Amino acid sequence: MTEPMDLKAKLGLDVFKPVREPHIKIRPGREKDPRLKPALRLCPAGLYSENEKGEIVLTIDGCLECGTCRLACGTEVLDWNYPEGGTGVQFRFG
Amino acid sequence: MDKFDVIIVGAGLAGLGAAYTLADHDLEVLVLERGDYPGAKNVTGGRLYINPIRDLFPGLWENAPLERFITHEGVTLMAKERSVTLDYSGNELRQEPLQSYSVLRSKFDRWLAEQVENKGIMVLSKTRVDDVIKENGNVAGVLAGGDELRADVVIACDGVISLLAEKSGLRPPGAPHDYAVGIKEVIALDSGVINERFNLEGTEGTARLFVGEVTKGKFGGGFLYTNRESLSLGIVIGIGDAMDYTLPVEVPLLLEAFKSRPEIAPLIKGGSTVEYSAHVIPEGGFKALGNLCGNGILVAGDAAGLALNIGFTVRGMEYAMASGYFAARAVLKAKETGNFHAETLRVYKRFLEESFVLQDFINFQKSPAVLSNPRFFTHYPELVGNLMKDVYTVPEGPKSRLFPIFRKHMTPGELWAIVKDLKHFSKI
Repeated sequence: MTEPMDLKAKLGLDVFKPVREPHIKIRPGREKDPRLKPALRLCPAGLYSENEKGEIVLTIDGCLECGTCRLACGTEVLDWNYPEGGTGVQFRFG
Repeated sequence: MDKFDVIIVGAGLAGLGAAYTLADHDLEVLVLERGDYPGAKNVTGGRLYINPIRDLFPGLWENAPLERFITHEGVTLMAKERSVTLDYSGNELRQEPLQSYSVLRSKFDRWLAEQVENKGIMVLSKTRVDDVIKENGNVAGVLAGGDELRADVVIACDGVISLLAEKSGLRPPGAPHDYAVGIKEVIALDSGVINERFNLEGTEGTARLFVGEVTKGKFGGGFLYTNRESLSLGIVIGIGDAMDYTLPVEVPLLLEAFKSRPEIAPLIKGGSTVEYSAHVIPEGGFKALGNLCGNGILVAGDAAGLALNIGFTVRGMEYAMASGYFAARAVLKAKETGNFHAETLRVYKRFLEESFVLQDFINFQKSPAVLSNPRFFTHYPELVGNLMKDVYTVPEGPKSRLFPIFRKHMTPGELWAIVKDLKHFSKI
């Protein structure tokens, strides 16, 4: 029986070239915006979490650059870009 | 040289399709790719259908690194505690010309880029395009890594989240209901084991779609494709749908639940996951297509919204390669007059309309609405599953007759609801 794989373990299989600075940021002041809530459940890499203060926090390591958060939350709350050339995830299979 | 004839943004299938077509025409063409190599940022389910694009790229296919040719098409209605599967296989799927192949993008895109480079076109990787350069209402080039690169025309093939299409004013940011997200694992598995488990000979392959409990009743489904030495296994879920109602579980856990299903677990047993990936897919169809051209700019592939869910399959890669081809042909036409305004470049749209690309989009323009019927993802898997459960059950006492079993599930109300659904289905 294949053991269920932890998300961090799955992301650990992928090749990531370090980004100089996060390419996706929650816009200052928008950390408690309800429009960010869907990202908690939809991000395929599980990068969005909520802290004790009720603020949404984004950890950029492991970003698969899929675009889901940009579509679900919108550009008013997210400053969304692709990472610089030659950085971020590099799929070896695709 | 201070100006290129054409700058292509994105070395995916649309970008490389355009570059391949422009080669041998004595133009200065530059392809820019933000990944370490072409394919580094691309993901497919997936499988490529060759027939519509075979003749657009003659000679390309003999040596293309395709995985398995698909001879089995499966669809599974997945209820909570049971499932019903249909498997189609036909001799025509084993005869040349072979219809479709499973594919892995990193390998395929990289190879295609080599073919483009062999024809003398420069493909520059690790280069992110940050913006278009606009002059007097025309796109005159791109800004990349602080450098201005000028061209008569830009072909934006920068993928489903096309920042260039937005920055050049051709479309607004997408709406969640027009997109789905696919998440996928590539699971390495010995090719002999794959052949045994899936009843395949040689390099035959299978493509399977799963609908219902996979996405907890939300729009989307599961998929499984056999590659030479791996399986592509994943799920797709509509972003708008996942937002509308509270999804009971996080999206990554849906994939784990899918893998644990008794229908799936034995198929992947002994395999090892080698990659985890995710990518957004356009699902809006014809009505969600953005503008295809502007002054000095064309948009192709996913960047133009050119992916189509027609129920039994989801297609995007053929449209990417074909639209790249037609964008290149439009550029060659415009080059004859030296005019790269929207009015001249609009021939691109005409090419697409006359080809399978927009004809498919127009013919299937109702498919987003028809296929988003929640009954496909909740009601029908349970209905068919329960019907089959009762058909196959042999109890301690007498076995009930078959027609009453059928009548029990297919009540007049149910049959009427099915007829209504079929009437909607007639639109695709």
